[in-house]
Amino acid sequence: MKRVQFSSPTLPYLFLLPQMAVIFIFFYWPSVQAVKSSFFLEDPFGFGSSFVGFDNYKGVLESAEYRSIAGFTAIFTALVTFFSLSLGLLLAVRADAVIRGSSAYKTLLISVYAIAPPVAGLIGMMFFDQHIGPFVRFAALFGWDMKIGLNYFDTAFAMVVVSVWKQIPYNFIFFLSGLQGIPISVREAAVLDCRSGFRRFWTVILPLLAPTAFFLFVINVTYSLFDTFGIVDVMVKDKAANNPITLVYKVYMDGFRGNDLGGSSAQSVILMIVVFVLTVFQFRFLERRVHYN
Amino acid sequence: MYRLKITDHIILLCGVFVMMAPVVVAFFTSTHDAAEIHRQGLTLTWGNHFVETYATVLNREGGFTGQVTGMRMLMNSLILGIGFAIGKIVLSMMAAYAIVYFRFRLGTLFFWMIFTTLLLPLEVRILPSYEVMHQLHLINTYTGMIVPLLASATGTFYFRQFFKSIPDELLEAARIDGAGPIKFFFDVIVPLSKTMVAAIFIIMFVYGWNQYLWPMLMTNDESFYTLVRGIKQVLLVWVGAQIPDYNEAFAIAILAMLPPVIIVVVFQRWFIKGLTESDK
Repeated sequence: MKRVQFSSPTLPYLFLLPQMAVIFIFFYWPSVQAVKSSFFLEDPFGFGSSFVGFDNYKGVLESAEYRSIAGFTAIFTALVTFFSLSLGLLLAVRADAVIRGSSAYKTLLISVYAIAPPVAGLIGMMFFDQHIGPFVRFAALFGWDMKIGLNYFDTAFAMVVVSVWKQIPYNFIFFLSGLQGIPISVREAAVLDCRSGFRRFWTVILPLLAPTAFFLFVINVTYSLFDTFGIVDVMVKDKAANNPITLVYKVYMDGFRGNDLGGSSAQSVILMIVVFVLTVFQFRFLERRVHYN
Repeated sequence: MYRLKITDHIILLCGVFVMMAPVVVAFFTSTHDAAEIHRQGLTLTWGNHFVETYATVLNREGGFTGQVTGMRMLMNSLILGIGFAIGKIVLSMMAAYAIVYFRFRLGTLFFWMIFTTLLLPLEVRILPSYEVMHQLHLINTYTGMIVPLLASATGTFYFRQFFKSIPDELLEAARIDGAGPIKFFFDVIVPLSKTMVAAIFIIMFVYGWNQYLWPMLMTNDESFYTLVRGIKQVLLVWVGAQIPDYNEAFAIAILAMLPPVIIVVVFQRWFIKGLTESDK
């Protein structure tokens, strides 16, 4: 905090007013509403609602469909996080090592960052298209008859590929700036001590990158859970029937297509708890890092 | 050492290929007409329908009601991107200024209330948010599209970090010279924050432009569709079409990605600086 500060009876509140108003109306009110309606069963025709306690939660958690979607979301999140982090790291390490052309590589590699998920999904759909998709033709060479949108596994595969592709630039940017923050003296000392480049990376560079990697891990999990909505939506085109979907998509389907307010709210609250745990986890860790510094 | 360098370049070139090829192919394919694409698949050659396809996409009155043109969607995207970025900057600069530069009783409480918004993304509370917007009659308005997205603390934290790094001596000097809080804000803090504002503007513009779920919920009137939102409409029209309009779909994808990609590439340095220095 600052040593000197202003004090005024009204000014700070005036400065905070716009932000607080927006937060109250569009954050606290809906959040409270979500928790509240998760305990009620809404009449589908809008004739009032009745308190049902934890029935909505029980209904959600006991449904086999919800469990299988949760299972898919977990696998999807794990795959997307793993591949986009490791590919981002691989490219960042290489881009950090070269001198010639490094800024050209950087520019080309980060440009995809700015593409919106549904746009990435659309381009992905074209590459996996039945008629014109090169990936489908390529897979056919190996006898793999890819049917995106019809076959569960194939659709899931395409979703993972597109989601990873979209997220690599973000991880690349952070890993590269993390790597460039490692002092040259440390690297030179490591070169003197150890000839194997791989071992040097494993024992010196990677531990120094750990805070960046951890931060990115949380961000990537959040990305896979929420930001991939656009990709999923474009790929399953509202027909979730036999297609893999994520939990957020299920919230959307039940709330806006199925008109199941209570069930959708209960799912929202479950997701809120997941995100809450993740974020608290992240901040605990970051605090510790600050402490070490 | 030299051999190692070669592998580095090969891996980087593979990476560039994987990242860029889909975009380049999408662009080249969009210059052919639909029948040609249907016959030949994706191509890397220049077709002769570039002007035609893009003119159609930008000017044709499409959609179910025939009200929305590509130009209109482009304008809506710009309104969403710029409106969101400006709103975010104004709100969060003011809030961060109050939190860092004032001593007042409820300061800590407000800080934690703003902080809490970082915990829950908009996606987990879409349905209740929609209900609230419905009650406030904000469906199909720009306000409804932009303002709820502002209810997150990211910008406030960027500015809080930045203000804390401004030396205390500046404030002391300003006070000796008799500057009040408002004068100090506009004459010292705002000019000092220029680079920071630019970096955050770029990040927030891209974020706003790329919004999909919220604009989709908030707008059913086609004249409010953004380009990113329009993607879904293109796909819905496909179902049942003999030869889908591949060329137009690609053209919309290119239009929807072009402005944010250009901004990120051109202002790369600010963008990376803003992203990596404030997000942690």
